[in-house]
Amino acid sequence: MILIKNARPHDVLLDGATIKKVGKISEKAEQTIDAKGLVVVPGLVDMHVHFREPGREDKETIASGAAAAIAGGFTSVAVMANSGRVCDDAVGVVYVQAKSREAGGANVYAVGAVTKGLKGEELAELGKMSEAGAVAFSDDGMAITNSELMRRALEYSKMFDKPILAHCEDTTLTRGFVMNEGRVSAKLGLRGYPNAAEAVMAARDCYLAALTGGHVHVCHVSAKETVDVVRRAKKQGIRVTAEAAPHHLMLTDEALLDYESKYKMNPPLRTREDVDAVLEGVVDGTIDAIASDHAPHTAEEKEQELAACPNGIIGLETTLGVILSLKKIPFDRAIDAMTAAPARILGLKGKGALKAGVDADLTLIDPKASWTVDPASFRSMGRCTPYEKMKLTGRAAKVIVGGRLCS
Amino acid sequence: MALDALLQRCRAWKHRHLLGTKDLSPKDISLVLDVAEELSALKDAAPLKGKRLFNFFVEPSTRTKTSFALAARRLGAEVVDFSPANSSLTKGESLKDTARTIESMGVAFTVIRHGASGAPAFLSRLVESSVINAGDGANEHPTQALLDLLTMRQRLGKISGLRVALVGDITHSRVARSNLWALRKLGNEVTLVGPSTLVPKDLEAPVSHDFDRALREHDVVMMLRLQLERQQAGLFPSTGEYVRFFGLTRERLATLRNGTIIMHPGPMNRGLEISAEAADSSRSVILNQVTNGVAIRAAVLLLLSQVNA
Repeated sequence: MILIKNARPHDVLLDGATIKKVGKISEKAEQTIDAKGLVVVPGLVDMHVHFREPGREDKETIASGAAAAIAGGFTSVAVMANSGRVCDDAVGVVYVQAKSREAGGANVYAVGAVTKGLKGEELAELGKMSEAGAVAFSDDGMAITNSELMRRALEYSKMFDKPILAHCEDTTLTRGFVMNEGRVSAKLGLRGYPNAAEAVMAARDCYLAALTGGHVHVCHVSAKETVDVVRRAKKQGIRVTAEAAPHHLMLTDEALLDYESKYKMNPPLRTREDVDAVLEGVVDGTIDAIASDHAPHTAEEKEQELAACPNGIIGLETTLGVILSLKKIPFDRAIDAMTAAPARILGLKGKGALKAGVDADLTLIDPKASWTVDPASFRSMGRCTPYEKMKLTGRAAKVIVGGRLCS
Repeated sequence: MALDALLQRCRAWKHRHLLGTKDLSPKDISLVLDVAEELSALKDAAPLKGKRLFNFFVEPSTRTKTSFALAARRLGAEVVDFSPANSSLTKGESLKDTARTIESMGVAFTVIRHGASGAPAFLSRLVESSVINAGDGANEHPTQALLDLLTMRQRLGKISGLRVALVGDITHSRVARSNLWALRKLGNEVTLVGPSTLVPKDLEAPVSHDFDRALREHDVVMMLRLQLERQQAGLFPSTGEYVRFFGLTRERLATLRNGTIIMHPGPMNRGLEISAEAADSSRSVILNQVTNGVAIRAAVLLLLSQVNA
């Protein structure tokens, strides 16, 4: 048994891989962790990460990604299907699970592809993947442009009670984009991705969820119009949830004025107005979850002219610090968005809660810890972060996964 | 002696690279134009003797590339040429490695033309030589704007208080942007004229779709090249319709105010954005622009060489 003592708001007693008791605890345990000055929360859950295994182990492996998760305070992550070998069948799901067990870091859940090979043509075997343990389905990285196919995906996945995690992008409006479309892209002469390209697809997917009764989850909301779409759909009782990424809550497209690739991702950084709207959405719960969209690339790939370098930055090791440093989201809402909300969306049993009987996954946060982001110290194999050298306040001090102290 | 005085003047220049007119002050701009004119009067000086210029044109170009080569040779510098077709870039070498490889052979200037906006800015963070942007995507083409300004100054006697119309495909034009930033800094009124599909509303400059009216109201009419592939992209319906609304035709030429000049950065589509009559008329300063190109580029090289000296 492990006793976590002096933590705010409660002491926690762990019995093996399960939480035994939460509250004022007088019992003795074999091991006591003095958590003075720390806040104990359920183990953080990041529902949107990209590890590149199998296929692109030069960018990130499941082991390095799982270690990065722990370093960032995350005890569970869901990996998207677009690795080098697309996770579009049960074998892919089982592979992720096996590698995760072997790595022994965070719990790594597999998200299966919606369509075979992410081609957007035919449904993948959602049922077999469900049986194998896939927690959701997504062609993330690629938009499902065929509305009929999206409709069938929502209809079919409903049978297994699994959400479709939708990458909402009307790609006919974003061809060749490098950044947000607006004042800054006009100035820089770069091709833009207008807000409307995200919002129209989010609206389509909400209407398709209404039509089918399926559960659509809007990934990485970046545009203020998309926040409105989700808010309205929720009011209408449509089964829609949404997530936002830390960079869309902090940075704007002005960051691209020097053409630096560490600010290039999809969807792109938007304007201050959008950042404020997305923040408001997280605060009022329109946007349920915060997820990093951790997307590692090699240094060679990112060290190219902006138009040529791939989209994506890493985030697992900075999410908590960035969110707490913003000081714009109440602490409890922020933690909910990184624990209970994603666990609920993905149906992760025993995760995202801090009460007797659930899994002993805990994160002890030092909310006052001041630290400077140093990519060289990352456990991730990726190094490309927009927060390099940024001073943040708040980070995970200790992480427990399945009753085992990992850091 | 005259050269020493000129080099003395060059000391006022502080930029290690020339990436865009965005970064230049009105004083910087005047200095380039002055040095360009004074250089033209100076014969037989080779202040850049022993220096090498790497003409790194990843996108094809005739006039700009030749113009830089002539400017470099005029000042005594050697020119190293690069053509993408038979280069290591086609073998998968990165932009970074190609530039650094050539640079390690001893190059003082890297003149880059590239299809991606921001490629020169990217390169300037990686190399030791002075990077000169010879056109990057739709971002900037600073030496073009500077030679345009020199041409305006010669023909109109000033480069402030002018009304300038930039006409055509503004969205995809680096020439338009470099001119817009420079002209506005110097206190000119700039109007963007063209179809609404090719003029960004976010550039914070007045936009007009009435070319006939614009012709009557401006001192400078700068026509931009129309890329035919924009039609396939659905940005305008036909060349005939484009000419009807935005072509500088013989009829429109006749409506120009006294003193208004016609400019074009080339290469021209005669009969499309500009008619032969307009291009060859006494109002046209298009060939002066080309001539001034060599002088401006020589001035830029001289100025940059003094910073690194």
